[in-house]
Amino acid sequence: MLFESVLITIATAATPLLLAAIGELVVERSGVLNLGVEGMMVMGAVCGFGAAALTGSPWLGVLAAVAAGSLFSLLFGFLTLSIATNQVATGLSLTLLGLGLSSMIGEAFVGSAGTKLPTLAAGLGAVPVVGPPLQNLLTNLAELPLIGRFLFGQDPIFYISILLVVGVAWFLFRTRAGLTLRSVGDNHASAHALGINVLGIRYLAVMFGGACAGLAGGHLSLVYTPQWVENMTAGRGWIALALVVFASWRPLRVLAGAYLFGAVTIGQLHAQAMGFGIPSQLLSAMPYLATILVLVLISRNRRLTLMNTPASLGQPFVPDR
Amino acid sequence: MKKLLLGVSSAMLMASVAAPALAQDKTKACFVYIGSKTDGGWTQAHDIGRQQVDAELGDQVETAFVENVPEGPDAERAIERLARSGCDIVFATSFGFMDQTVAVAQKFPDVKFEHATGYKTADNLAVYNARFYEGRYIQGQIAAKMSEKGVAGYIASFPIPEVVMGINAFVLGAQSVNPDFKVKVVWANTWFDAGKEADAAKVLIDQGVDVMTQHTDSTAPMQVAAERGIKAFGQASDMIKAGPETQLTAILDTWGPYYVKRIKAVMDGTWTSGNIWDGLAEGILSMAPYTNMPDDVKAMAEETEAKIKSGELKPFTGPINKQDGTQWLAAGENADDKTLAGLNFYVEGVDDQLPK
Amino acid sequence: MRVELVKRPQHSKLFSALSPLIALALTLLCGAAIFAALGKNPAEGLYFYFIDPLREVWSLHELAVKAGPLILIAVGLSVCYLSNNWNIGAEGQFIIGAIAGASLPVLLPDFQSPVVLPLMLIFGMLGGAAYASIPAFLKTRFGTNEILTSLMLVYVAQLFLDWLVRGPWRDPAGNNFPLTRRFHPDAVLPEIMPTSGSAHWGIVFALVAAVVVWFLVSRTIKGFEVRVLGASPRAGRFAGFSGKRMVFFAFLLSGALAGLAGISEVSGAIGYLQPVISPGYGFTAIIVAFLGRLNPLGIVAAGFVLALTYLGGEAAQISLGMSDKVARVFQGMLLFFVLGCDTLIHYRVRFAGRGDSMAEAR
Repeated sequence: MLFESVLITIATAATPLLLAAIGELVVERSGVLNLGVEGMMVMGAVCGFGAAALTGSPWLGVLAAVAAGSLFSLLFGFLTLSIATNQVATGLSLTLLGLGLSSMIGEAFVGSAGTKLPTLAAGLGAVPVVGPPLQNLLTNLAELPLIGRFLFGQDPIFYISILLVVGVAWFLFRTRAGLTLRSVGDNHASAHALGINVLGIRYLAVMFGGACAGLAGGHLSLVYTPQWVENMTAGRGWIALALVVFASWRPLRVLAGAYLFGAVTIGQLHAQAMGFGIPSQLLSAMPYLATILVLVLISRNRRLTLMNTPASLGQPFVPDR
Repeated sequence: MKKLLLGVSSAMLMASVAAPALAQDKTKACFVYIGSKTDGGWTQAHDIGRQQVDAELGDQVETAFVENVPEGPDAERAIERLARSGCDIVFATSFGFMDQTVAVAQKFPDVKFEHATGYKTADNLAVYNARFYEGRYIQGQIAAKMSEKGVAGYIASFPIPEVVMGINAFVLGAQSVNPDFKVKVVWANTWFDAGKEADAAKVLIDQGVDVMTQHTDSTAPMQVAAERGIKAFGQASDMIKAGPETQLTAILDTWGPYYVKRIKAVMDGTWTSGNIWDGLAEGILSMAPYTNMPDDVKAMAEETEAKIKSGELKPFTGPINKQDGTQWLAAGENADDKTLAGLNFYVEGVDDQLPK
Repeated sequence: MRVELVKRPQHSKLFSALSPLIALALTLLCGAAIFAALGKNPAEGLYFYFIDPLREVWSLHELAVKAGPLILIAVGLSVCYLSNNWNIGAEGQFIIGAIAGASLPVLLPDFQSPVVLPLMLIFGMLGGAAYASIPAFLKTRFGTNEILTSLMLVYVAQLFLDWLVRGPWRDPAGNNFPLTRRFHPDAVLPEIMPTSGSAHWGIVFALVAAVVVWFLVSRTIKGFEVRVLGASPRAGRFAGFSGKRMVFFAFLLSGALAGLAGISEVSGAIGYLQPVISPGYGFTAIIVAFLGRLNPLGIVAAGFVLALTYLGGEAAQISLGMSDKVARVFQGMLLFFVLGCDTLIHYRVRFAGRGDSMAEAR
């Protein structure tokens, strides 16, 4: 019981990180570095919450979050891709603008009661005919000891995040389109010479990254803590960026990294509740120190890093003609 | 050139200092906020107070504010800009504005200043605070009655005296009902991070607490408590919307009456400086309705509240031992305000080590 | 229709001069639109943002107090970015510099002498540089991405300061509040013209640093090295320049300047350490660096413009009751326009109709 409950707490803490990171991974694999994850995420959070509050439907909220994230990422895409601005600076300004804009939009929603996204079973239950039997099945499966509720009793975004990881892994390494995307990230000049539409692919990747970051924001304001508060992403976008490097641009390692990070965060709170007198600042600093350590460990292994790092990462591409 | 510049600027300085002293029909009351006025917590409570001033004093008063002011030179500039813009009284609503408020108060002797939760005063600078610990004592009593396991969870922000005082008062209240009552503390190291507060709440519940209170400002812990089916206390504002069947009561920061009183004093010319530490009796804090509890518990809470208001009951009255078992207060002895304001140790019964 | 960029053979001198102005004009236009949308008079809004804070001498001093750290940090960052080293952890270097410098008056309050202040400034620079050397070392030794390590170190520095101020360095006579003891008078960075306002020597350091770095980058061999290695590491290596040494040079320089900014801020403007000593100067300075187009003299102008938006945001709140979120949106927009307009310097923009580009594709 305790085990399962802790596991679910970790999953909830890890899901937004995972979503934002898996999106950024695809963006970086295409050779673009978008430091605006935090900004897209917080826009997703406010738009998701707002849409849910206005329509009463958390599902529409999820859609709005995804749409807001990808629309906002288009701004970044236009600047860095169409007019070749510096990616680092543009990404930072996207974060700045997102934080400002979201608090402006969200002023109306502060303090309004949130609507929480129902669990998978309850959500499916609302579907006519096929829904109720499925709901029964899932509700029964969720009764399984130890991991029943973890596997079958969570919110839909949790399942989406896992599916996305599997999907991205499959797409990048098992499909032709994935190969094309990676080749754009590795060497945009030769990809262009082969007739690949480099900017088109990067646009799609950036929008996918935006959609994922938006969904991560939606998870925060519709599942994690169903409410809107200013700056509610609280630096999670930055963690997601670190996770991508932590995972050396491999989807399954992003999954592992996000859950490890969630486990460290929750673990330090448990350590406190059990009355260990460790300075809380030190505990709070642990995840960041751990990320640095892992960054060092993975980048020490040159062969491994070079194999996975998109060689054109962060470099603008302007087609010659 | 330099002299000329100095001359001109000091003339301007005098002119602008003199300006507020000129007779004005409206009294201008100004507020400096550490956070956003819609933060749903500390700053919003002050802003509601400001709105109450607007509503009650109507045409006689004009209010202005600056929000999201960082502590340090930005605060000094914001306070000075307000003082120069013709404010008759400036309320600086964060502890971290202390030395900046002192500095500006020295420059503008004709403007009144009030600094929340600090301790430095001057002829034109008062400090004010609320005895939030009185509410915590009542919460502790309710928690001890409502908890079956005899363990409460406490989500704390930072180990400053204000928060330590709250934890101690909560424990003392609980022990007045159940001497073996324990409190588990988690330091979130934030005043406001919904996600972190939710995590802390989940962790505490997983560690077996069945009633919970918080000294952080978001409603996230209340939502988690509602979901997990335990009872909880709200903080800063009435959080009943976040947990209609969960909230037992909440400590409300009700600054409005205090602000109205002090601004009226400015109008009448009766304003004086001082170190004001009001409590439940004066209404600077109040308790949200006692809900989701049996009638006898509610009656006990109301009785305690009445006793605190009348001054019959003071939460920090001996015998009280420190956490290590040594005596702090002898039987019947009351803690003085100076000790309370600098409190940095736990009383017996807290299942935590105070971060040093 | 689509936008096409055609690389100019040379940077456009015309657009180098025009681009910041176009960006500023576009920002003002959009700003006016936002004010109108919020139901405020746009002219009044712009007046309070950009003119009102400049009307009084004391306010000009405040502008200098605010611009000082931004310029000082951004000047250092410009060398980093020109040499293609992405230090985004200046906030952490600022904090560690402040801690290192403040260690003297906090730990040795009885050591009062005129040498204290110069020592503090040196400690501040050393602290900032030492902290910046961590990402530099990790980058050169292990190839670790410096963007991420320098950023993670910001959080660590913030928590370290928090711990110090709440724990070992807390003022024993301060009612247990999280502040260190106040610096003694020998440890306070003096104000330049105390009678007219509160600007301290930090702004002078910033201006001197800007001129020196400008000279370094544009007039010396070292500056040439910075630019060559930044534009193309390979070409730099052929020219005999060491990429690794450049990483350290850039990080140490920017770390030292960020550290100097940190100690100047606590010693000149705050007077003690507190849990939070920077309202994000290290991050805002990144924007300032780009706003000034990585040119130290441009950065001076950019620092004042950005500082003005903060002061203006306050004035607009007091006078118009306008939310401070507008100021943040403003800053974001300004940077977007600057970045966008800079493209005009390096590229010509062609609007190609759909038909043409299809034809060309064939």
